[in-house]
Amino acid sequence: MNRTTHAAMATILALFALPQPARAALRVLATTPEWAALTRELGGDKVDVYAATSAFQDVHRVDAKPSLVARARNADLVVAAGAELEVGWLPILLRESGNARIQPGNPGYFEADANLRLLEVPSTVDRSMGDVHPQGNPHAHLDARNVAIVATALVTRLAVVDPADAPYYQARGVDFQLRWQSAMARWEAQAAPLKGTAVVVIHRDQVYLCHWLGLVEVAAIEPKPGVPPSSSYLAELVTKLNAAPPKMILRNAYNDSKAVDWLAERIHVPVVLLPYSVGGTPAASDLFKLFDDTINRLTGVTK
Amino acid sequence: MLLAVAPAQASEPGKPGELGELRAQLDALKSDYQARINVLESRVAQLEAQVAAQPQLPPQPLPPVVLPVVLPPPAPAPSGGGAGGANAFNPAISVILGGRYAQLDADPASYRIGGFMPSGDGVGPGRRGFDLGESELTLAANVDPYFYANLTASLSAENTVSVEEAYIKTLALPSGLSLKAGRFFSGIGYVNEVHSHAWDFVDQPLVYQALFGGQLAQDGAQLKWLAPTDLFIELAAETGDGGQYPGTRLAGNGLNGGALLAHLGNDIGDSASWRAGLSWLSRRAEDRSYADVDGSGAPVTDAFTGRSRTWIADAILKWAPHGNGNLRSLKLQAEYLQRTEDGQLSLATAQQLRSGGYHARQSGWYVQGVYQFLPRWRFGLRYDSLDSGEVAIGLVQQGLLPLADFALLAPASPSRVSAMFDWNPSEFSRLRLQYAWDEARASVRDQQLMLQYLYSIGAHGAHKF
Repeated sequence: MNRTTHAAMATILALFALPQPARAALRVLATTPEWAALTRELGGDKVDVYAATSAFQDVHRVDAKPSLVARARNADLVVAAGAELEVGWLPILLRESGNARIQPGNPGYFEADANLRLLEVPSTVDRSMGDVHPQGNPHAHLDARNVAIVATALVTRLAVVDPADAPYYQARGVDFQLRWQSAMARWEAQAAPLKGTAVVVIHRDQVYLCHWLGLVEVAAIEPKPGVPPSSSYLAELVTKLNAAPPKMILRNAYNDSKAVDWLAERIHVPVVLLPYSVGGTPAASDLFKLFDDTINRLTGVTK
Repeated sequence: MLLAVAPAQASEPGKPGELGELRAQLDALKSDYQARINVLESRVAQLEAQVAAQPQLPPQPLPPVVLPVVLPPPAPAPSGGGAGGANAFNPAISVILGGRYAQLDADPASYRIGGFMPSGDGVGPGRRGFDLGESELTLAANVDPYFYANLTASLSAENTVSVEEAYIKTLALPSGLSLKAGRFFSGIGYVNEVHSHAWDFVDQPLVYQALFGGQLAQDGAQLKWLAPTDLFIELAAETGDGGQYPGTRLAGNGLNGGALLAHLGNDIGDSASWRAGLSWLSRRAEDRSYADVDGSGAPVTDAFTGRSRTWIADAILKWAPHGNGNLRSLKLQAEYLQRTEDGQLSLATAQQLRSGGYHARQSGWYVQGVYQFLPRWRFGLRYDSLDSGEVAIGLVQQGLLPLADFALLAPASPSRVSAMFDWNPSEFSRLRLQYAWDEARASVRDQQLMLQYLYSIGAHGAHKF
C-alpha cells in the first residue's frame, strides 16, 4: 500500500463517520406521483414523500438514475404501483440501494396493484403482443374506487412500518375515506352523462378510468401496448373512426400530441388533454383535484 | 339496523282453526327474518372488521347514516401471484442475440493500437464479413432474503462459452453497505460495467481496448457503500486475483492489487441528471508477455514484470424534456484514463534473454454523444484519442538495444472517429449502422462500416443509468 491508497482509505473512513441526518419523518419513495400524493394524504406531516417520476414521464421508461438510488438508500418505505410497471428500473434501485428495509417481502416494500383486481390480465403473454404485463394492466389509479382500496391497505402498511404513529395514520385514513367517498359520489354524478360515450385512447392506460365511468374505448392509437402506430395503421383507424366517430380522443399529459392531433384533424373529433396523474395539469395539484380536473375536462367544464 | 326486525313480534291471536295456518305463516316469517338477520349480521361483522382496521376515530362521532356508504368495496382477491409448482422459483432468464456485418478497409489481423502493449483479445473491429458476434445468456434471481445471484454466460461465434459474470450480491447488510463476490465487471469508470449489448456503439472506446483489452472483470470481491444523503455518493473498494490485463495471476498466495472508486450524481432540474466519478486501479504483473518483432523483423517475446496503476475520471449527463425520453433525449459521456507502469521489461530472442528497467505513463480519452431525435431513432458521434506518452525502456537507455527492437512501443497517438445511427423497433430490438475512421495503427487509416443487430428475449432488461 502506498500513500495514495492510505489517503483514499482515510477518505472512505472519514465519510463513514459522517453524522447520520436526524430522522424527522418516515421517508417514503413513491414511484409515481399519484401514489406519492396518496401517501401524503394518509401520512400528513409524519411522512417525507419523494416521487420518483412526474406526470410528464412514461413510467415504463425511466432510468435507475443516481438521484433515485440515493433516495432508495434512505427510504423507510417504497410505494410502487407494481404489476411490473416499474420492471425496468425499480429492481435495480432496490438492489443498488444497500437498504434491506425496502426489499420485496419486507414491510418497507408496498405495491398498490397487489391489492387490486387488475383488468386485462392476459391468459398468455408474448412480446409479439407488445408491452403487455403478465399480471394485468398496471395503470389502476384512475378508477377512484381503486384509490380507496389502496388507501385502506396503505394505512395498514404505514402503521406497520411506523407503529408509533399508527393511530395518527388510522385517523387520517378514516378522514380520507370520508372525504373520498363523498368526492366519489360527486364525480360519479357529474360523470353520469358520460356513460356509454365512445372514446379513443393512446396507450391502454385509461382503461380503469373508462371502466369506472362507463366510457367505451373504441380504439387505441397504439396498435399494441407500447408500439407506436405505423402510417398504414393510422390510415385504417381514420377509415374505421370516420364510419363511427367517437366523442373524443383522450391524451395524457406525458403523451406526444403529434399522432393524436393528426388523427383528430382527420376524424373531426376534439382531443381532451387529461392530467393522468397529480401534477399533469396546473389544476391537478393533489389527488382530489386530479379527479376534479379529469372529470371537468371530460364533461367539458374546463377547456 | 337490528331495530328493523322488531315488527316481527307483532301478531294478533286468531281463531283456533286458523292456528296451524298462522303458525306455519309465523314459521315462514321467522325463517325469512332469520335469513335477513343472518345477512345483516354478516354485514355488521364485515363493517366492524373494516372499522376495526381504523379504530382511532376523530373526536366527533361518525354520522351513522354515512358509515355504510363510506367504506370502500371489500378488497377483492389480489390478482397478483404467479403459477406455483417446481418452476415458480426459476430465475429470470434473458438472452441477447447479436450479430453484425463488417466491411473493413484494412485486414483486421494487422490491427494494433500503436504505442501500447497488446492487451488481449478484446481489441479491434472484429472479423470481416458476417460475424455472429456474442450471444449472451443471463440467469438471475434472489437467492434468499440476504443474497441476489447473477450468471451471465457469453457464447462466442467460435463455439466457446465463457463466464462473463457470475456473482452474488448481498441485499441485507446494514448502513448502505453491499458486498459483491465472484466474477463481475469492475465498477471503475463508466462504460466498464455496461454489457456489450447496451453500448451506444458497436465497439468499446479505444482507450478501454488499449488499457484493459476490453472490459475489466474482477475475480474477487467488491464492497460498496452508499452515503445516507440525498446527493448520490457511492464509494467502493475491490480486490481479487487481478488476473486480467494489465495484471497477471500471481504465482504466490494472496490478492493482486485492488481498485477504489467514488461516484457522485444528482439531477439538474426535472430534465437532466448526471454522474461523475474517479477510480483508481492497481495491479501487479508477472511476466506479462507479448509477441513483437525486432529491428530486423525477427520474432521476439517481450515481458513486463512490475506494477501497473490506472486513474480514471468519468462523467455522464443525460437529458430528456421533463425526463420523458419517449420523444427526444440526449446522452453525453466522457472518460479520461491514465496509466503508469513501473518495473522490468525483458526481451527474449531465440538466442538470449535481456532485461532492463521500464517506466511508462500513457493516457487516453473519449467523448461521445447520442441524440434520440425521434421516438425510435438515435444518432451518435464518438471521438477517441490515445497518447502513448513517455516510455523509458532501460535496455534502450543503456544502449544495449535500439528502440527499433521494440516496434510496438514506438511513440504514437492513435485516434478514431465513429458515427452511428440506430433504429429501435421496440425496447427489445435494435438495428445499428456505424461508420468509423480508425487510425489506431501507426500508419494506416482504416475505414470501417458495420451493420449490427441486437435482440433481447426473456426477462425485461435493466434500465441502468
